Amino acid sequence: MSAMFEGNALSAMQTSHCHTSLNNYRMGLLSVVCVSLFFSSTFAVDRGNFKTCDQSAFCKRQRALKPGQSPYRALLETLELSDSRLTLQLINDNNKVHLLLELYRLQGNMTRVKINELKPLKPRFEVPDVLIAEPPTEPLSVLSKDDNGVVLSLGAENQRLIVSARPFRLDIMEGPEVLLSLNSRGLLAFEHLRLHKDTQAQADGAEVKESVDGDQQQDEGKKDEDGESEKEEDGLWEETFKSHTDTKPNGPTSISLDFSLPGVEHVYGIPEHADDLKLKTTDGGDPYRLYNLDVFQYELYNPMALYGSIPVMLAHNTQRTMGIFWLNAAETWVDISSNTAGKTVFGKMLDFVQGSSEKPQTDVRWISESGIIDVFIMLGPKPSKVFSQYASLTGTQSFPPLASLGYHQCRWNYNDQEDVKSVDQGFDQHDIPYDFIWLDIEHADGKRYFTWDPHKFPQPKEMLQGLMDKRRKMVSIVDPHIRVDSGYKIHNEITSKDFYVKNKDGKNYEGWCWPGNSGYPDFTKPEMRAWWASMFAYDQYEGSMENLFTWNDMNEPSVFNGPEVTMHKDALHGKWEHRDIHNIYGLYVQMATAEGQIQRSGGVERPFVLTRAFFAGSQRYGAVWTGDNAAEWDHLKISIPMCLSLGLVGVSFCGADVGGFFKNPSTELLVRWYQTGAYQPFFRAHAHLDTTRREPWLFGPENTALIREVIRQRYALLPYWYQLFYQAHKTGMPVMRPLWVDYPKDTATFTIDDEFLIGSDLLVHPVTEEGSRGVTAYLPGAEEVWYDVHTFQKHNGAQNLYIPVTLSSIPVFQRGGSIIPRKDRVRRSSTCMENDPYTLYVALSPKKFAEGELYIDDGHSFNYDTKKEFIHRSLTFANNALTSSNLCPDCNFLTSSWIEKVLILGASKPSKVLLKMDGKETPVDFEFDTSMSVLTLRKPGMNAGADWTLLLQ
Amino acid sequence: MTCLHLLLTLVFAVSLGTPVEIQRPRGVPLTKKQFYEESKPFTCLDGSRTIPFDRVNDDYCDCKDGSDEPGTAACPNGSFHCTNAGYRPMFIPSSRINDGICDCCDTTDEYNSGAKCENTCKELGRKEREVLQKMAEITKEGFLLKQQLIEEAKKGQQEKQSKVTDMQENKKQLDEKVEALRTVKETAEQPEKEAKERHLKAWEEQKAAIRLEKDKAKMAETFLELDDNADGFVSVSELQSHAELDPDADGTLTEIEAQGLMGGAEQVDTSTFESVWPKIKDKYHSESQAEEPAPVETPPDEVKEPVVDNDSEPYPEDDISEEEDEDDEDEDDYHEDDDKAQPTIKTPEKTHEDEEAMPPYDADTQALIDAAQKARDDFEEAEKALREMDDQIRNIEKELSFDFGPDAEFTYLYSQCYELTTSEYIYRLCPFNRVSQKPKYGGSETNLGTWGSWSGPENNKYLLMKYEQGTGCWQGPNRSTTVKLTCGKETVVTSTSEPSRCEYLMEFTTPAVCQEPANIDPSPHDHVEL
Repeated sequence: MSAMFEGNALSAMQTSHCHTSLNNYRMGLLSVVCVSLFFSSTFAVDRGNFKTCDQSAFCKRQRALKPGQSPYRALLETLELSDSRLTLQLINDNNKVHLLLELYRLQGNMTRVKINELKPLKPRFEVPDVLIAEPPTEPLSVLSKDDNGVVLSLGAENQRLIVSARPFRLDIMEGPEVLLSLNSRGLLAFEHLRLHKDTQAQADGAEVKESVDGDQQQDEGKKDEDGESEKEEDGLWEETFKSHTDTKPNGPTSISLDFSLPGVEHVYGIPEHADDLKLKTTDGGDPYRLYNLDVFQYELYNPMALYGSIPVMLAHNTQRTMGIFWLNAAETWVDISSNTAGKTVFGKMLDFVQGSSEKPQTDVRWISESGIIDVFIMLGPKPSKVFSQYASLTGTQSFPPLASLGYHQCRWNYNDQEDVKSVDQGFDQHDIPYDFIWLDIEHADGKRYFTWDPHKFPQPKEMLQGLMDKRRKMVSIVDPHIRVDSGYKIHNEITSKDFYVKNKDGKNYEGWCWPGNSGYPDFTKPEMRAWWASMFAYDQYEGSMENLFTWNDMNEPSVFNGPEVTMHKDALHGKWEHRDIHNIYGLYVQMATAEGQIQRSGGVERPFVLTRAFFAGSQRYGAVWTGDNAAEWDHLKISIPMCLSLGLVGVSFCGADVGGFFKNPSTELLVRWYQTGAYQPFFRAHAHLDTTRREPWLFGPENTALIREVIRQRYALLPYWYQLFYQAHKTGMPVMRPLWVDYPKDTATFTIDDEFLIGSDLLVHPVTEEGSRGVTAYLPGAEEVWYDVHTFQKHNGAQNLYIPVTLSSIPVFQRGGSIIPRKDRVRRSSTCMENDPYTLYVALSPKKFAEGELYIDDGHSFNYDTKKEFIHRSLTFANNALTSSNLCPDCNFLTSSWIEKVLILGASKPSKVLLKMDGKETPVDFEFDTSMSVLTLRKPGMNAGADWTLLLQ
Repeated sequence: MTCLHLLLTLVFAVSLGTPVEIQRPRGVPLTKKQFYEESKPFTCLDGSRTIPFDRVNDDYCDCKDGSDEPGTAACPNGSFHCTNAGYRPMFIPSSRINDGICDCCDTTDEYNSGAKCENTCKELGRKEREVLQKMAEITKEGFLLKQQLIEEAKKGQQEKQSKVTDMQENKKQLDEKVEALRTVKETAEQPEKEAKERHLKAWEEQKAAIRLEKDKAKMAETFLELDDNADGFVSVSELQSHAELDPDADGTLTEIEAQGLMGGAEQVDTSTFESVWPKIKDKYHSESQAEEPAPVETPPDEVKEPVVDNDSEPYPEDDISEEEDEDDEDEDDYHEDDDKAQPTIKTPEKTHEDEEAMPPYDADTQALIDAAQKARDDFEEAEKALREMDDQIRNIEKELSFDFGPDAEFTYLYSQCYELTTSEYIYRLCPFNRVSQKPKYGGSETNLGTWGSWSGPENNKYLLMKYEQGTGCWQGPNRSTTVKLTCGKETVVTSTSEPSRCEYLMEFTTPAVCQEPANIDPSPHDHVEL
C-alpha cells in the first residue's frame, strides 16, 4: 500500500469528517489536520514536490559543464602495478588537486575503475555491503608505455585497456574495436573536499567553480554572470528546496564521469523509472534520476526518480552486451545521448577506427552527489554473461519459498480477523487458489509495527492457525518508521540502544509518517540490523507464527514532512551523512528483516520479504513491487517494462499491484491485469483503502471464472516458475526477460516491451488495451517454432503474428525445443499441490528435439543448499526418445510426485510407446490428435526423481 | 497412482440412522451408483467416451467431465461426494481430495494424504440440529410477531386511509371557511384603514403644532439662560460662554464666530434671537441639564437573563436531531436578548420620543380596528388550521406511499430509529429515512445514506435495504449503507461494518422477515443429496 497521500487515512482516524490533502502532509502540517479543506485531488504526481536537475545544485553545476577538453591529466610517472591492481595519479590542471585512479582486472571479464581524491580532507564514502565479496582479480600487464599513455592487456580475446595521459581517458578495446571509453568527452569532474569558504580565501570559491567546470566552455554566457556564481556559491555550502534547507557541512562533493559506447544504440536498466524498456536520450530534458523517493501517484513515461535505485546500465548491440555498474548510493543522475560526436584522438592504435564511417554511438554520463567513482565494467559479451558477471559482484536473486510464487491477496486493509476469514472462505467458495493474504498498516496497534490492533486482531495466532489449517500464509507489514511513544517497546529499545538516525545536531531524527511523529532506526549499523532481526523471533513478535511473513514499505525512507518526502540529507548515520547512504537505506531494511525471518527458524527456513525501496544487491533479500500504481490501462502496460528493467539488473522477483493501487479498475481492466500478473514473477493483487472491494468474485460469475482460470494457469506453471527461480538464484539469469536476451542478434526484439519471455521457453503477450480484439505478437527466431499453449497450434518464428482475442485470451506461446513440467491438478494453495504428479509439455523443434529441466525440493527450507536435498533432472527429447537424467547425482531428495501424463506437441503418431526404467520395458497407452499433432502418453507413472526413457516407435 | 483408490466400500446412513454398507466407487453419490457398475465398461456421464471400468478412479483423468475420477484429484473439474453420516452429505471439488485439509466431516476426502482427520459429523449434526431448532423457534415466534405486525399495519393503514379521507373532507370545509373569513377580513379592513388614516393625519397636524410650541418655549428659555446680565439682550460675549457652539469645532468660539452666529450684530433682543436660534439650537447645551447623569448601564438582571434562560432549558440529552429546530430557536433567542441588551443606552431618547406618542384612537375608529383585528385573527387561525391539515395529509400520504412489504409488515419501522454502539461509534438506523454514524466521544454526525430502495435478490427484495447518497468521501463515492435483514424476535441492529471504504453493511433483525415455518423436521436425512 501506501504512498504518501492520504491525508485521508490519518485524518480519518482523528476526525471523521475532515480530509487533509496530501499537500498538507508534505508540508508537515499533520498537526493541523482540520484546517485544510479539499485541495484539488487531481490524479497525478505533484511534480513541484520533487527536484528537477536544475533544482538540485550539484546536478545543475555538473550539467552546466559541457563536453570538451578535460582538465585531467594522468601522471604516468606515478604508475604502480601490482598483481591485482594498477594505480596512477591524475591531476586537475586547473586546481592542481590530485586524484588516485585504481584499475582492476576482475575475474570473469570485468574491469573495475576507482577514482578518489589522493588525499581527501577526510574519507569519502565507499558503499559497503553491496558486493558479496571483494571481487577476485586477475593480473594486469603492461603491453606498452610511452609519454602519451599506457596499453594494458586484459588477457582474453585480445582485450586491451588504454590509458591516455593528456587529457586523461580510458579506452577498452577488443581487437580493433573500441568497446567503451571513459572520459572521452572530458566530463570527469571531481569536487574535492575543502574547508568552508569562511576559513579559506576567496580564491577557493573560484577554484571550486573551476573544479566543476574545468574551465572549459563557459556556456552559461555573460548574462547574470555574477548572480550565477553567487547562486552557485549558495548551492555549494547550503541549499534550500521548498521550505527545507540542506546545511551541507562538507560543501560540494559531487562526482561525474562519462562513458562512450561506440556502436551502441540500445541501453537498458537503471531502474526504477516508469518508462519504456529502452532508455531514451535525455537531451533537452532531465536526466534519469536515481534517488529513492515515495512518489505519490506517479506519472508514466518520464525519468523521475521512484522508490528504488539500481545504478546498473546495460548496453546492447547485435555483437555484444555490456554493463556499467556505478557503485554509489548518493543521489545520482544519468544523462544519455546518442550521436556520433566526441571522436577524439587516442593513439595510433585507434587511428584506423576513426577512418571508418560514422558509427552509431551512445554517450552516457553519471553524476552523483557524494562518495567516490567506483565503476564496474562488465564486458559480456553475451547477455547471459553480463548477468553472471553482475551476479558475481552483487549476488543473485534469493531463492524464494515456492508458495511465494503463488497468488497473493492484499488490500489496504483487511479490516479484522473476521474479514480475513471471510476472504479466505471466499477463495474456497469460488474455488480459486491463493497462498498469501496480506495485512497492511491498519492491522497494527496505532501503526506500532510488531503489534496487533487489540480490537480488530485480538487473536492473531488463532487467525494464523486458521490459515495454516488451509495450508496458507500471511504477510504483515513492518515499516521502518517507528512511532515515538514511550509506551512502545520497539521505540524504547531503539532509544536505549541509541539506534536512531540522528539529525545534523546529533539528536534523534524525527519525522512524520503513518503513526505521526516517528523515529528512523539506523539500518546502516550492523548492531541495529542484528537487533531488528531478533525482533522477528516468535517470542519477540507476539502473535507471529511460522506462516507469517513480512512486507517492508516506506523504506526509501518516506518522511511525509521531509524534503521530497524523504529524509534530510544532513541527517547522520554515524559519521556518514544521509546524503552518502540514501539509496541503500531500503536495502538494509529488507536485509535485516530477511535475516530476522531466517533466524527465527534457526536458519532452516527461507524468508519472504517484499520491499518497495531497493538498491543494487536487494535481489538477495526477496521481492520488489513497483509501488503505488493506479487502476489505469497505461499502468498495466508499464508494469511490463518496469519489471523487465529490474530483471536485467538482478531483481527477478518483481510485480505490480494487480488491479492498480489507486482508483477503481473497470472489470475489463481488472481481468486483463490478472491475466498479465499471472505471468509476471510476483503476483499480488492490492488496492487502496478508498477503493471499493475487488476480491476476484465480486464482478459476476463470468469474470470470476476468467480470473479463476488465469490464476489456475499460474498454479499449473508453478514448477516452471520455481525452476526458473532456482536458475536465477544459481546463475543470475532473469526470470522475466526481454526478448533480446534470448535473441540478441535479432534487432526487431530490441525495443519490444509489450511482450516478454518467462525463462527461454514461454513467450507472453498480455492484452493491455481496452476493448482489444486482437494483438500482434512478435515471435522471434528464424529457426524457431512456437506453440500456442492453449490450442497447441504451431507458428513459425521471426514473424509478427496477429492473434484475435476475447476477454478470456491471454496469448502465451511455448518455444519449440522446450520441455515444461506443469502440475495440472490445481488446488487451494501451492502447498496442497506438493505431492501432486507432473504433466510434461514437450514442444518439439523443427528438428524434433526438445529439452528442459525439472527441479524439486521441499519448497521452503535451505536444505536444498545445506543438505543438497533436491532433485534436478534434465529432460531431453531426441531421436524419438524422451529421457530423464540426473543433473545432480550426489543430491538426495525423495518425492512422491510422479509423471501422470506427457504431451508431445508437434509429434507424429508412433506405433508403440515403451517406458524403459530399471531395465524393464513396459508399454504405455497413448492418444494422438492429428489435427494439432499432439501425442498424449497416458499415465506412464514413473516417479519424478527416477531415471527413465520413453521410446516412441 | 497405485490402485488403492478403487475402494468400493462405503458407509451410508439411511433414514432412522441405521448404517448400511452400500458398495460403490469412492466419491460417488448414491444417486449415481447405477452408472458405475464394476462388470461393465464405464461411459463418461457426458457420454463422450467409454473406458474400461478399471480406469474409474485410477488417478488419471479420462473423461472431459471428470466423471471417471469421482474419488481422486485427477480431474480438474471433478467432484467428490462425502456421505457424512450423522451430518449432511456434500460434494467437494475433487481438488480437495488428499490435499492435507479435512473437508468432509467423515474424513473420507483425506484417505491418502497423511492428514489426521477426525470424524466430526455427529458433533456437527448435533450442533446443526440445535441451531436449526433454535432458528425454528425464532422463526416460529418471529412469524407470529410478524402476523401481529401485519394486523397492526393493516389496521393502521386502514385507519390512516380513513383518516386521510376524513381529513380531506374536513379540509374542503376548511378551505371554504378560509375563503369566507378572507372576505370578512377584507370587508372589515377597508373602513379600518380609512379611519386609521384619518386619525393619523389629524395627529400629524397636531404634532407639528406642538413641536413649534416647544421650540419657541425652548428658545425663550435659552434666551433667558444666555442673557446672563438679564439686560434683555444676548451679547457676543454671553454667547461665547457656550464653546459648544463653535462652528469650526476648534474648541473655542471666537468673537468673530459668535458675531457671525448673531448675524453680525453685537447683541440681539428676543425677537432678533429668533433668527439666531435655528443656527445654535442643535448644538446648544442647556446649562441646567449639564449635569445630566450618564446613561444607565444595562440592568444586570437583563444581562443574566439569557443565561438563566439557557439553564432553564438544557439541551436534551438524546434525540438531538429531532430537537434540532428547537435548539436553533433557543440560540436565536439568546442572540436576540443579547442584541436587546446593547442598545439600552438609547433608552432615554426613546422614552423622550415616546412622550409624543400618538393619542389613542377615538372610540369609533377603535371599534373598526377591533372588528378588523378579530376578522384577521379568525382568518389566520383558519388558514393555519388548513396548513396543518395539509401537512398532516401529506405526511400520512407519504407514509402510505412507502413500500412496507407485501403485507405492510415493515410499517412499524417507520419513524423509528435503532442504535448500535461500537467501540468507536454510535450507529443509528432510522428505517425508510436514513443511516448515520456519530463518534462516541464527541464529533459531528456523518450521514451514511438516506433511504433509497429495497435491493434484495429478485425472489425477495425485502431482505436488503439500500441507503444512498450519504456524506461524500475523499477521492471516493458518497457513503452508502446496505442493511441486511434477518429473522429475529426482536427489532435490533446486530452489527455494522465497512467492508469497503465508505460502503457500510448493517445487520438488522426483525420479525418482519420471518418466513412461515415450513413444517419440516430439521433432521439431516431430509437434506437428500441431489
